[in-house]
Amino acid sequence: MPIGVKVLDRPIEDVSYIRATIKGMGLTFKHLFADKVTVQYPEQKWGLSPRWRGTHRMLTTETGKAKCVACGLCPTVCPANCIKLIPGEDENGNRYPLVFEIDEFRCIFCGYCQEVCPEEAIHVGRHYENSEYSRAGFVYDLERLTSQTHPVCEMWDPEDPRGE
Amino acid sequence: MMHIAALLQVADPQLPSTGAGAFIIFTLIKMIIVFTVYMVGAALLTLAERKVSAWIQNRHGPNRVGGRGGWLQPAADGVKNFMKEETYPAAAYKPIFILAPILAFIPALTTVAVIPFGAPLPTRWGLIPMIVADLPVGFLFILAISSLGVYGIVLAGWSSNNKYALLGGLRSSAQMISYEISMGMSTIPVLLLAGNVTLNTIVNQQAYGGWNVVNLTIAFFIFLVAAFAETNRLPFDLPEAESELIAGYHTEYSAMKFSLFPISEYCNMITASALMVTLFFGGWDVPFTGRDNVGPFSGWLTLLSIVIFLAKTLFFLFFYIWIRWTLPRFRYDQLMSLGWRFMLPLALSYIVIIAAVILALDSAGIRRGAMYSSILGAVNMVLVVLVFAILDRGRIISPSYARSRADQLARLKSAASRSPLSAGATD
Repeated sequence: MPIGVKVLDRPIEDVSYIRATIKGMGLTFKHLFADKVTVQYPEQKWGLSPRWRGTHRMLTTETGKAKCVACGLCPTVCPANCIKLIPGEDENGNRYPLVFEIDEFRCIFCGYCQEVCPEEAIHVGRHYENSEYSRAGFVYDLERLTSQTHPVCEMWDPEDPRGE
Repeated sequence: MMHIAALLQVADPQLPSTGAGAFIIFTLIKMIIVFTVYMVGAALLTLAERKVSAWIQNRHGPNRVGGRGGWLQPAADGVKNFMKEETYPAAAYKPIFILAPILAFIPALTTVAVIPFGAPLPTRWGLIPMIVADLPVGFLFILAISSLGVYGIVLAGWSSNNKYALLGGLRSSAQMISYEISMGMSTIPVLLLAGNVTLNTIVNQQAYGGWNVVNLTIAFFIFLVAAFAETNRLPFDLPEAESELIAGYHTEYSAMKFSLFPISEYCNMITASALMVTLFFGGWDVPFTGRDNVGPFSGWLTLLSIVIFLAKTLFFLFFYIWIRWTLPRFRYDQLMSLGWRFMLPLALSYIVIIAAVILALDSAGIRRGAMYSSILGAVNMVLVVLVFAILDRGRIISPSYARSRADQLARLKSAASRSPLSAGATD
């Protein structure tokens, strides 16, 4: 099949191979002494965007209990179906999560759980160093979620679209 | 022992008249030193390549193993390569598969033996030449051995029983054959000028006749390009073109057998650089000094000349890496057309011109010296202008964008306008 070929008719000075080579060598030589752009990762780190959505964190009340009231909105809204929630109720009629697990492998980090949470309990975090020695380690239980300390994502605010 | 030395003396009158014992001991010492420097140099070259590559790309390069400079990176790489699993493809022909890396490695190591690396060292046992083997056939030996390296590559490609490896090996052999000829031809003017193939003689000739790069620039240019092609370095790394052939001839290799291929490539680079220095940049000749090729020799002169030689060689090693990050890889047809249609005719005509000039100068009775060199230099200037300013107009390599003839262009344009894909295109 013939294809449309753009035929260039370059001026003859442009096809001098040796001149082009010397010019290119000058350019690469200049780059030898240019400032380095590498970020030396473990020592230096890039700042994360305030709206970065990483692994989750459950916020707690002053008494150290999870803020979650086990309303069941986050497992409902979760598109990846990665939140496992079994609600419980104490003698005062307050609901709390008996089991709250997030499978971080299934999670797609959309942040819907944080958006939908009426108690501002579950958050996606500004965090990306998540290595574990086993796959099971990536199923975060309630204890793990409440003990995380990294900063949490600031959701996009329509009133303040640029986050100022 | 005595009669071996006497035989050597008869075979090569240039050999110093040292005693047999001293000759053997000094040769052994030189072998050990040169081998060590060579292998450590090849190892450090891997680091240098990564460092320079990184700097050219505005990065830092390896800086974790052995402090900020990453000095122990080659050692770490070596340990890693020894620890890795040796794998053999089921369809590979095992004996040759094992033999191939050895065949690539040994010629790379052998050639360095005949390159002089310093002024002779005076000792109480006589004058010790700073060269491992002062062969009377010096340069011919290098040409013969360095082209053996292609066997390793071709056999590696063939015995792997892998189509990409085979293609890499075939490309390598085609490339080596094409450029070996230009390489040999480009050095004939140098040999004509020196009147000898011994590398020491070539160095001595340059020490008082001016460096060959000044008098024989085009020969140097051809030799440089051919040396890049011979060592399979970019822009001539078609045998291992990643984008086309995975890794080319060493696709199926692993662990230390794989590692031998890069090591022999680096060894070849060092040898080619040292050879360029020897043939065209005065070898160990200290620049801006006269007559350091004749006595009186001293230990200091030897040391200085070795340092000068290493500095010149290092410059060319840097040049290799510099070119690598400047020029993209050639197309296969460009490679062949550059080798056969440009470099070979250029080298041949250059031999004729230089031979004619030398003959004319000799028959005019001009002695080798300043006058002789300046006439050669003047002829050279004319030729350089001719080649680099007039011939280099889209003719050296046929680029995809070279100016076409008017009728070709009209035909292409009318074909392009008829194409259904270019409907609506304005150009």
